Order: sequence, then C-alpha cells, then structure tokens
Amino acid sequence: MSVKRKNSHENTVTGKEHPAEREGVKKNIYKNVIELRHIIKRFFIGQPNELEILHGIDLTVKEGEFLSIVGESGSGKSTLMNIIGALDRPTEGDYFLDDTDICKAKDKKLSEIRNQKIGFVFQTYNLLARQTALSNVELPMLYAGIRKPERIERAKELLSLVGMGERMEHKSDELSGGQKQRVAIARAMANNPSIILADEPTGSLDSKTGRLIMDIFHRLHEEEGKTIVFITHSPELAKETERIVTLADGVIVDESRGRERLGA
Amino acid sequence: MLIIENIKLAFISLLANKMRALLTMLGIIIGIGSVIAIMTVSSSLTTSISNTFQEMGANNVTVGLKERSTSSETTQNGMKFGGMNKTASIDAEDRITDEMISELKSQMKDNIDAIALSESVGSGTVKSGSDYANITVTGINEDYFESNDVKLLAGRHIKTSDLEGMKNVIMVSDKVVDNMFDGDPDAALGEKISVSIDGTYYYYYIVGVYEYEESSFSSSTDEDVTTSAYIPITTGKAQTHTDDGYTQFTVVTKATVSDVSTFATQIENFFSTYYMSNEDYKITTTTLESMTESLNNTIQTVTIAIAFIAGISLLVGGIGVMNIMLVSITERTREIGTRKALGAKNGLIRLQFITESVILCLVGGVLGIVFGFALGAVAAEILGYAAAVPVLAIIVAVGFSMVIGIFFGYYPANKAAKLNPIDALRYE
Repeated sequence: MSVKRKNSHENTVTGKEHPAEREGVKKNIYKNVIELRHIIKRFFIGQPNELEILHGIDLTVKEGEFLSIVGESGSGKSTLMNIIGALDRPTEGDYFLDDTDICKAKDKKLSEIRNQKIGFVFQTYNLLARQTALSNVELPMLYAGIRKPERIERAKELLSLVGMGERMEHKSDELSGGQKQRVAIARAMANNPSIILADEPTGSLDSKTGRLIMDIFHRLHEEEGKTIVFITHSPELAKETERIVTLADGVIVDESRGRERLGA
Repeated sequence: MLIIENIKLAFISLLANKMRALLTMLGIIIGIGSVIAIMTVSSSLTTSISNTFQEMGANNVTVGLKERSTSSETTQNGMKFGGMNKTASIDAEDRITDEMISELKSQMKDNIDAIALSESVGSGTVKSGSDYANITVTGINEDYFESNDVKLLAGRHIKTSDLEGMKNVIMVSDKVVDNMFDGDPDAALGEKISVSIDGTYYYYYIVGVYEYEESSFSSSTDEDVTTSAYIPITTGKAQTHTDDGYTQFTVVTKATVSDVSTFATQIENFFSTYYMSNEDYKITTTTLESMTESLNNTIQTVTIAIAFIAGISLLVGGIGVMNIMLVSITERTREIGTRKALGAKNGLIRLQFITESVILCLVGGVLGIVFGFALGAVAAEILGYAAAVPVLAIIVAVGFSMVIGIFFGYYPANKAAKLNPIDALRYE
C-alpha cells in the first residue's frame, strides 16, 4: 500500500481535491454525513444538581472527511461523542446522521443506526474476550442479519486489510494491544458504515504501535474514502487530521486546518 | 441463525467458568434428580403392582355388601348420634343367598365362567408336639381356584363332593408342610391335623398342598409366616355356625367379556332389585381394574406430595441460577455495552442471556435426570421392583428445567437488555 497524503488535509477547508473525489465518488462530495445543530445536553434535568454539558454545538462533517475533536477532560468531548455515536440523544437541537433524524429515532432504530452507519473504535478496544478475531469482526454483521458464509468472507477481507490476516483464529485475549486495535478497526468497518468514530484509539498504546494504528486510519481515509471522526486529547495526533475542532466547556472554541502527517 | 449463535455463546461462557457453572447447576441437578428418582421408584412400584394384579386375574369381579351411607340419619337422630353400635351388623337377611347367586349365574351364563365363594373361618395354629404353623382358614367352593390361581404341589383341590358331604378336608401351603412334615408334600397327604381356632380344636385331613407365593407386601420371617388353608365352605359354615349366604364372592368372567367394568355395573344392577328395600346394605362390585386404579391413585398422590417437596429444591436451584446470572451480567457489563454499540437490540441481549440461563438449567436438568434415574433404579432394585423409566417425568423435567431457565433468567437478562450503553461501556 502506498500512502498518498499530498494535500488531502486541506480539502474541506480549501475546497481543493478531496480523496473521495479522487476515488470518483463525485456525486456525494459535498454531502453532509453529520449535521449537528445547536446541540444542548443536560443531565439531571429538573433536579437541584442539573448540569448542562454541551451549550449549543453546531458541527457539520462532510463525507470522506477526517476530522478530529480535541479538548481537555471535562470539555464535553465524550458527551459529544456519545451523541454523534447515537448512544445518547441531545436534550435540545437536531442531529442528522446520513439524513436520519437521530433525535426522533426510537431505541430500536438507534441500534440499527449504530449497526449500519457507525463504526466504533474504542480506546480500550472492547473486543469480546474468549472469541476469535474473526468472530469479533463478524459480530456487527451477525446483528445485521448477514448470512454466515458472507460474514466470514467479509471478516477475512477486513482482517487482511488491517494486517491481521495471519491471526484470524486467535482469541482476543491472545493478542497484543496493537493487534487488538487492528481487529477493532476491522470490526468497525464490518457493515461499511457512514462514519468511523474513534475515541482515543491510540490512548492505550505505545507511541510506535499508536503510529501504526494512525497509519491504518489514514489509509482507510485515503484509500477507502472513509469519513472518520477522531476524538483525542493529543494536539499532535489531531494535527494529522484534515480539520481540528477544539472543545472547551461545552462549546466549540476553535476550528482549524490540520497539517501534513510527520514522515508521510 | 441467532439462536444457534446464542447457544454457542452460552456454552463458551459456561465453559469459561466451569466450576461456577457446575456449582450453580448442582441445585438444578439435585432438584430434578430427586424428582426423577421419586418418579422412577413410583413408576416401578405402579408397574409392579399392576403386574401382580394382572397375575391375580384381570377378569375377576368381586361382589360384596357395602353399608349404605347413614350420615344424614345420624345427624337427624340424636339417639344414634355418637353411638358405637351404629354400624349395623350383617343380619341373615342382608346376606347374599345361594338363590341370588344361582339366579345371577343362570341370567348371565354367557358371561360368567365361575363364581368363587369364600368365607373366612378364622386364624389358627396347626400344632403337633413342638411343631407349629400359623394359618388362616378360609372356606371355599370348588370354583374358588378359578379366580385365585395356586400351584398344586401334591394332592388335589377342594371338590364338589367335599362341599356336598361337608367333609373335613383341608388344603395347606408348603410352608405348613415345611414346618410340620419336614417339607415332604406327599407325606403330608392324608394326614390328620388339628387346628386351634379361637380356643376350639378342629380336625382336618390334608388333601392338597399348594405352593405358597411370597407376597411383595409381607415381611414376616419364613418360620412364622401365616399362610392360607382352604376347607370346603360348607364345612366352615357348619363349624362356625354362621348364617347361610355370603358377604362377598368373586365372579370370574369369561374371556369373551371385553369390558369388565361395564359387566360389573350389570351385576350391581342385577342385585339392586334384591337390595332396594334394604336400608343398611347394598351391593357393590370391585374389579381389579378399579382396585389397581385406586391403588395407583394413592401412590400417585404420595408421589406428587414428595415430588412437590423435592420441587422446592428446584426453586432454590432456580434462585441460584438467577443469582449467578446477575453476577455474570455485572461482570460482563462492558461486553453488553460493546454489543449494544455494535448494534445489538435490547431483545437480542435479552435472548442471549435467557439462552445462557436456559442452557445452564437444561444441562443441569439432563445431568439431574441421569443422576435421578440411577438413584431411582438403585432404590427400586433394593425394594425389589424392576426399574421403569418414567418417560413422562423425564419430558416434564426437561420442560421444567427450560421453564426455570426462562423464569429465573428473565429478570437478569432483562436487566442486561435495559442497560444504558454509555454506562455499560464506561463500566470498570
């Protein structure tokens, strides 16, 4: 695989050539995958300790974009991620994910959205212990009702894509952190989601392994044209993405362009 | 598709905690096991009893006097209330007469093979020097052995001529021969024995020796066992000075009678004309079928009562399952969160944990059935019956384990299904 970085990080900001455009997906180039309008999230509503974490977030993510959300602890990063990941609903505001109104969706619908449109990559991998890499990758497809032969074929493809083709039958507790995260990325890709939502994916890894994982994300973005929302507290990693959204005290305080990845 | 995956998953997670799963199952194993053991013993007992009865003759109808219910009279009549003499004694006019019997025989000759008459004469002891044997003397007619089959070892049965001549002849068991004549039946034939009944000595000549069959219900020692001895009923009546007629007799139906119960009702109807005006007694019939049924009913009632108590341990086992499922769900909170993040709907999470609990109970149930049947078979063997597989109980046990699994698995599974994915993912 050759990593073609070029000016891709500038695209959303500058309007120059986008990787997805390069791939020939022109018709959807400007399509908004994520549309957050004035999102407010409150907890303990009506109680004396009522707390407002997000104070009106407006954010749009276009298809094929590689975006990072940075912020200190307590800035509302995780709350925002939960809303983007359809794990939680905002108290006020509108959220459209791939034209689906998340705020109005019932629990069952949210499950479907998570299954079909979102690929999660967690800091702590969250692979199912005692199960092989292959069955971990199969899982979202199982929930999607895909038949076993297809599931296995696709899971094998994805594991090969992240360089885990040789370790498909290994149980997750027999894998190293970096290997686990690669399996988790393959799993996130299983149902070909609209976005990959990565929450501190390198947070538990040493810098060398973290680098490898970041390379995989770049590859998915550039070669597969994936939309990636990357949540991190590391400004260094954030700079590798196309756009950096900085969150502080529940509001977006800064939006800036990223820069070229080091060593690319 | 998901069911198979869930079953696979359930086995994976049970195997991951083998010891814990086994201990949890123990409650179910003991519960199901004890129910099955009791059912096995009961089913063996029932089979054994019905076989015994079948040997005794399924075509017999016992006809007897039965006191009419007098409870209403007792309450209305203060004089009789609480009186011990209320139970009317059987008077001569209450008894079943020879005329009634011959009328019955002639009216239903197509269905009646023989009529066995018997009248208890009393219990007594055969004595000669220091040798003795306990017997109960029964007066019988020539048809008696049609309904009560015995194996003749020497000599002959009681004959019509014995009855007509009121002869002092007796048929004794081989036990009497063992005690009195060193076990030689032929030597006993023609011997005169004296039997003391209620202080009076009676003399009889032995004409036949039959083989005593040990009953499954008796437990006396060989030496002291009381066996039946048979004399002509006419002789017996003459000796005891009892009234003419009988309090009960047995009708041996012809093999062509297919429905013995219906025939028994016909006999009752036949007698109802004779006893219509009798205030104290009426005629009832008992067939082996009904006797077996009532005995089996009794066994069944006792079995159900014991099984119910054993079932309580199943309840305890079920609570154990619920407890371990709750622990398992707490341990696997993150897994549940992950599954939900990956798109598992609540129903699927619920199904996953219910399946796990059902598998846990089913495996326990199957082990319990094996263990219970083995235990029951050993118990049946000790009690001297052939072990019978309680098929129904096994089906019920398997079904019941599943029900326990669902019932006690539902609450934990529902708790898992309702977990908030954010909290579940954040769970440490």
